[in-house]
Formats: sequence, C-alpha cells, structure tokens
Amino acid sequence: MRRIGIDVGGTNTDAVLIDGNKVVAAVKTFTTEDVTSGVRAALKEIVTQAGDAARIVEAVMIGTTHYTNAVVQRRNLGRAAAIRISLPASASLLPFCDWPSDLAAEVNGGVHMVHGGHEYDGRPLVPMNGREIAQAARSIRQNGVDAIAISATFSPLTSECEQQAADIVRNEHPDARITLSSKLGRIGLLERENVALMNASLVGLADEITQSFVDAVAESGLKAKLFITQNDGTVVVAEEARDYPVYSFASGPTNSMRGAALLAGIDDAMVCDVGGTTADIGCLIQGFPREANNVVEVGGVRTLFRMPDLLSIAIGGGTIVQREPHKVGPVSVGYRLADEAMVFGGSTVTCTDIAVAAGLIDLGDRARVAGLDRHFIDSTLTTIYGEIADSVDRMKTDAEPVPLLAVGGGAMLIPDTIPGISEVVHVEHEAVANAVGAAIAQISGETDKIYRDMSREDAIEAAKAGAIESAVRSGADRETIKVIEVEDLPLSYLPGHAIRTRVRVVGEASIGNAS
Amino acid sequence: MTTLAQRTPSQTTRTLTGEDIEALAKGAWILGTGGGGDPYHKLLNMRQLYAAGHTVSLIDPMALADDALVAVLSNMGAPLVGQERLADPRFAIKPVRMMEEYIGRKFDAVMALEIGGGNGVHPMQVGALTGYPVVDADTMGRAYPEAQMTSVAIANLRCYPLTMADIRDNELIVPRAASWRWMERISRKACTEFGSIAATCKAPRSGAEIKQHGILYSVSKAIRLGETILQAKRDHADPIDAVLQAGRGKKIFTGKVIDVERRAAEGFLRGKSIIEGLDDDLGAEMIVHFQNEYSVAYRNADPVVMTPDLICVLDSVSGEGIGTDILRFGQRVSVVALPAPPVFLSELGLANVGPRAFGFDLDFKSVFGEHSS
Repeated sequence: MRRIGIDVGGTNTDAVLIDGNKVVAAVKTFTTEDVTSGVRAALKEIVTQAGDAARIVEAVMIGTTHYTNAVVQRRNLGRAAAIRISLPASASLLPFCDWPSDLAAEVNGGVHMVHGGHEYDGRPLVPMNGREIAQAARSIRQNGVDAIAISATFSPLTSECEQQAADIVRNEHPDARITLSSKLGRIGLLERENVALMNASLVGLADEITQSFVDAVAESGLKAKLFITQNDGTVVVAEEARDYPVYSFASGPTNSMRGAALLAGIDDAMVCDVGGTTADIGCLIQGFPREANNVVEVGGVRTLFRMPDLLSIAIGGGTIVQREPHKVGPVSVGYRLADEAMVFGGSTVTCTDIAVAAGLIDLGDRARVAGLDRHFIDSTLTTIYGEIADSVDRMKTDAEPVPLLAVGGGAMLIPDTIPGISEVVHVEHEAVANAVGAAIAQISGETDKIYRDMSREDAIEAAKAGAIESAVRSGADRETIKVIEVEDLPLSYLPGHAIRTRVRVVGEASIGNAS
Repeated sequence: MTTLAQRTPSQTTRTLTGEDIEALAKGAWILGTGGGGDPYHKLLNMRQLYAAGHTVSLIDPMALADDALVAVLSNMGAPLVGQERLADPRFAIKPVRMMEEYIGRKFDAVMALEIGGGNGVHPMQVGALTGYPVVDADTMGRAYPEAQMTSVAIANLRCYPLTMADIRDNELIVPRAASWRWMERISRKACTEFGSIAATCKAPRSGAEIKQHGILYSVSKAIRLGETILQAKRDHADPIDAVLQAGRGKKIFTGKVIDVERRAAEGFLRGKSIIEGLDDDLGAEMIVHFQNEYSVAYRNADPVVMTPDLICVLDSVSGEGIGTDILRFGQRVSVVALPAPPVFLSELGLANVGPRAFGFDLDFKSVFGEHSS
C-alpha cells in the first residue's frame, strides 16, 4: 500500500512516499506564503523522484500546523460570535472570559446570552426563548459576522437546545457558519464553548486551506484520496476537516513523534523535533506520544483536547541569532529562511547559519558564513545545547537514562550528549519524520450511542465492538486496534436504564488490503 | 455587643492579594479530596472581582468576639453540575441576605463550610462583594459530602436555620430540623429539585463556637499548600513531592486511570474509578470509590486508605488536584493521603465520617498509624 505523507510547517513543507513501512522517496521544500504552491511543488517533486512508484498511490495524508499557528500567532482568524443558552445560570462568566485579552479582542464577534439549556437529569433549565435567539442572530448578521458558536448547558447530554437554536439562526442569518459545542466536546461548558469559538474563528481559514490541498492533489494528477491528520494521530477525510479545523490542532508534533518511532524502530524514547520555528520535546510510550493529562491550553485558551504532552521552545533552524546583546530567539524568519539566512544569500544570522559555520551540516553557500567568529559560534551553540538539554530534562519522567530520537530539519542543533539520555539517535530521513508520521497516520473508529436496559459493562463492551468494526471498515488492521477513549453518561431522564456511551479506538492502516 | 470594628484590625485581619487567591484555589482543590467542586470558575469570578477593585480581608478566628455572628457558606450539590452551571457570585450572596432577613441581624463575617474544592473559594466571592471579612477557618478541614460531617455537627451544635437559593426565583428556609442528618435529608431533597446545585447559608455560628469547634487556620493552610505547588512548578521540582512535604502526606499509588463509573443521583456524584499501576505499582490495581469526595481506596482487594484520612488524586505531572467530576480515562495520577483533623478521629467523629458513614463495613485504620482519640 502506497501513501504520500505531507507536513506543512511554518518553515518547511515536507513530503514522503512510503510503501508499507518503507520510505521510497522524500523531499523537503520551503513553505510558501500561499501554502498551495508549496504543497504543489512538494507533490510534483515527490512524484518525479518516486517515478513509477508514484503511479499507484492510494492516499495523500496532509498534516498542517496552520490552525495552531493562526491561534498562537493571532493571524488569519475570523471573528466569531457566541450564543450561549444558559440563562439564568452562568451569567457572571461570559464566553471569552478566560481568553487572553489580545486573542479575545481579535476573535470576539459579540456575546449573546439567552435563556434555556438543560439540567443534568434532562429537564429544561428554563424554557428556551426562540425570540431571544432570533434577535441575537439578527444582531450578529447586522454586525457582519458569519461564524457563530452555539453552546448550551448540558448539551453533551441533550443537544436539543443547540439544534433548535441553529435552525432559528439559519432562518435569520442564511450565511451563518455554525459550530455547535455539543459536536466538539464533553461536560465542561466553558472549555467546550472555547473550542467551539476557536473552531468558528477558523472555519474561514479552513475553507481556504482545505480547498488549496484539494486543488494541489488534483493538479498533481494523482488519483488518491485526501486525508487530513488530527490531534490524536488519526486522519479524517478532507470534507470533515473543513468543518472542524480544531481537530487538526496538534497533528504536527504527533506526526513527527510517530514518524520518529517508525524510522528509528524504537518505541520508548524521548523525542526532540527541531523545526524552523520551535523545538518540540515529547515522550514516546509504546510508539505513541504521552498525552497531556488535563486541561490543555492552545494559544492560552483552555480546552479539553486530547493532545500530546509537549514542551515547545523557541529554537529552530530559522531562529534569529542576535549579536549585541547575544541572544538566541525567540523570533524566527520562518519560511523566509530561503531568502534571509546568510547561507542562502540573506543577511540575518539564523541557527542554520551557525550550524553550517560549525560544520554540523552542509547547506547553501558555506563561504558566506566563513567570517563569523569562532567564539560567537561556540557560545551560540552552548546556549542552544543548554536550552535543549534543560527542556529534555523537564519532560523526562523516567529516572533511568533513555534514548532521544533527534528529528526535524534542525536536528543538527541537538547536542550529541545530554544528561539522562543514553544515546542521541539520528536516522535516515530524520528531517522529514513528520511527513512520515502523516503517511502512517492511524485509522480511528468511534461509537457514540445510547444503550437501554443494559448493564454499564455490557453497554461499554457493545460500544467497543461497534467502534472496532467501524475502524476496520475504514481500513484499520484489527490486530493493532486499541481503545483510547471511553466515556459514559447515565441518562436518568430517559425511561429504563439508559446510558450514553462513547468509545474511540485507533489502529494502524492495514497494509495491502485497505478498502 | 463587641463588634469586630472595636478590635485592632491590623493585627487580626489581612487583605488577601490576588496571588493569595490563586494559591488558595490550588491548595483548596487538593484538600477537596476530589469534591467541593473545581475552584476554577470561582477563581475566575474572583479575578473579575479583584480587577473591578474588590478585595477580601481574612480575619484570625481567635480575634472574633464571642458574640460575633458568622455565616457558614457553601455551594451544595453534585460537582459535575458545576461544570455546566457556572458559579455566579450574585447567587452566592442570596442565601446570606435571606438569612439576615430571617434572623433580623446582620452578619459580622463569613466562613467556608468546607475549605476543600471550590467551596474553599466560595465565601471569598461573598466577602469581596459584601465587604464582610472571611474567617480563617472552616468546619471540615477538607470537603465532605453531607451536612452532619462537620466539626460543629460532631460538637452537636444547633443545626438550624438554613437558607438556600436557586438561580430561578426559588428560595427555601428550613427554620428547624430534628438533627443534622434530618437537615441533610431535607436540604438534599430540595437541592436535587433545584438541579443538584444550590447556594446555601448554614446555621449561623457565634464567634465563641468557631473558636472552640472550628477547624482553625485552614484558609492559611490551603494558601500555603497552593504556594508550595506553584513554587515547585517554578523550580521544575516534583509537585507531588512538594504536596507530600507541605501536607505531611504519604504517597499511596501511582498509575493511569482505566475506568471511571459515575452517576449524578440523589444530589450527589457517586461512583468509582479503576487505576492501573505504573512505576513502583506496576502490576497492581487501585479502585477508588467516591461520593462527591474520594472515600475509600482498595489496592487489589485490600482497603488501604479510607476516610477520614484525606484521599487526594493528583495529576502526576502537574500536581494539580483531579476532582471526581473531571477524572477521565487515560489520566496519569498519583493517589496521596493527607492526615485528617483530629476531631474526626474521635469515636463521635468516626461515627459521622468514618468508612461506615459511606456504606463500607470497615473499621477505620489510618495510613498514618495508630490514632488516639
């Protein structure tokens, strides 16, 4: 089974073609401002490089940090209005109340509090008032805002209020792009609403990005299905990613860690992925990223996402090195590395230039950095090594020395010896580990269903079986499937013993016989 | 009547800073032993109140006049509900005003029923809005699910009157109840009808009663505990070790949550969680039971830690408390025991808060060795 994996980072767009678990071709190109042309170029190059092998490619799987970067750097975000159905409850803590103020200022397209919602036992909190919703929708339309997040008290239990409100809003505001909080999360009104608002602020960008991916694949002449990778290392078809960009938030680091595990053949290790802008340090357990435990903040906003537990520091190939005073980062030249780095003819000293000058890598025109003085080079490397070693130590929870897998385009910046690390492992294709991870992204299956007159154990077993079947139908290898999420909510308002059970499983793509 | 104003305020009260409130929220969440509600929403309310210029003063309980009148406050209900119906200071005040009207006298100060969880921060919201000082004490030293599980109930102080307010226009006064258990039954029924969450003002207490029967200086203790965790985080030190040291606790188990069974019923959040062992506990399994708070934990089949010892489930990486309402599949947690206030170790105390009070036919055995009554 052949797949192309592409990772669109802030600096580089990488692509690999894998056959089974073997890398057949790999390319590294610069990300372009319009994204599409970078993806197009990477695809074209990989097809050329792979030759005949590219003829039967089943899937193109793209991972992108675009959405995370949009939130973190407060760029390309749309304005989103909030309609919260919760009054008279929750009136002191309004939507956006725990957002960083600069991000809220950028995104907040109006907050509308209306009466309604449910109790934990399914009774209405107070009757929902359709006129309030209609009025909110009209005011949102008049303000020129299209993206709307609708949240309601206890909507994971019953989404009735959110659904009805969406119908009313569509009636008043036909152009509205609506995100329902009940589609995105679990119990926890504020966090669920935060995710819905972020999603709403990204749908405009997601339209553009997804379309550009679709176009790039179409132009390449490949007859392959397009998938987008998600936070948990699985993929969704492109159409779904268009409506739920938040699910693609942390797919980059997940991809690079899983790619690193495959390339090195090591399943338990620390991973340091040095890209153009940041170095991300995480921990692999049995081939999977260790997950963050509780609340996960994205760009300073609390969410309940499942995401890898990562420490990101501002050190990457494009990181700017300042002379007076001597300082490394935090700013990176990003995708302009191709023009601005000294070795590429520019005049900005970046970490890449330091690495070339120190003889750690051969890139661009080495003569252009011959003039950098030895002391400056050494002290910059000492700073970089120190910061990486400190961060590795912070993320390490095992007292025993463990290996560290060095990946990413800036992997040469990782020191050869780190306290607490048994060995720093470099592998072939390490620079494109993230694209490898995208290519081997897993297939998921989910069941979310209400079971009646069954014991809790039986309901969970039934949901597991359903989720496994759905994953297998989507092409997962049954032998590799594992359960990653089990959640149940007893529904005391329904007759009989009713329980809503949600189970999510993931598995490796079955090789050779995918549907 | 000696009023508080006639004392020397500088020695007996201090104004809490925004940092104190942040630390309080962290410490209270650990002392909550999984219950009392996640303090986060109340912390957000406090940030808003402080940003608007309100502050809270904390008063030394020993500085209370004997006849001072203290409001004992809590948010009652199932913690899970608080994740969806967010805390609102305007409703926290309501039962306080109802009580003042009912008894025909203004309060001199307010106090937490329980220092654990969001309820440790709850009276701060009232203090900030009304200007009443908050007493550096509570009646549990942690969080417990029921009304008779307090130091003042064990001392057999009067259990009535009680006022309760709902977010709709429903108000309830219980002028009299036969016992603390009856007060629990009556108020719990009403609370369940209100959606398993209600703001309450318990039987008012005199300064003398607080001084004799309160769990003293528990607010300061929670702030110190919170500061320790925040400091450990700044130093990149192990936050679990910091909690153990600051709280004189014992580590019981380390593992990963593999099952959570919970249901909101009869005004409580009940259930159990299975934790699969990691590190030193590899191969073992722990089952932790809860009724709002963690009550008894079994290692394999043996009960190893039980109430009134505090059972705290902490995030192994951050050291933050994990409530019974936010426990979920896959979390890596450390189970830690902290010692209980001595009043709960007496025969009377154990009758109210020992394992049998939670339906476990077990004789209390502390992980901190022999206790004396």
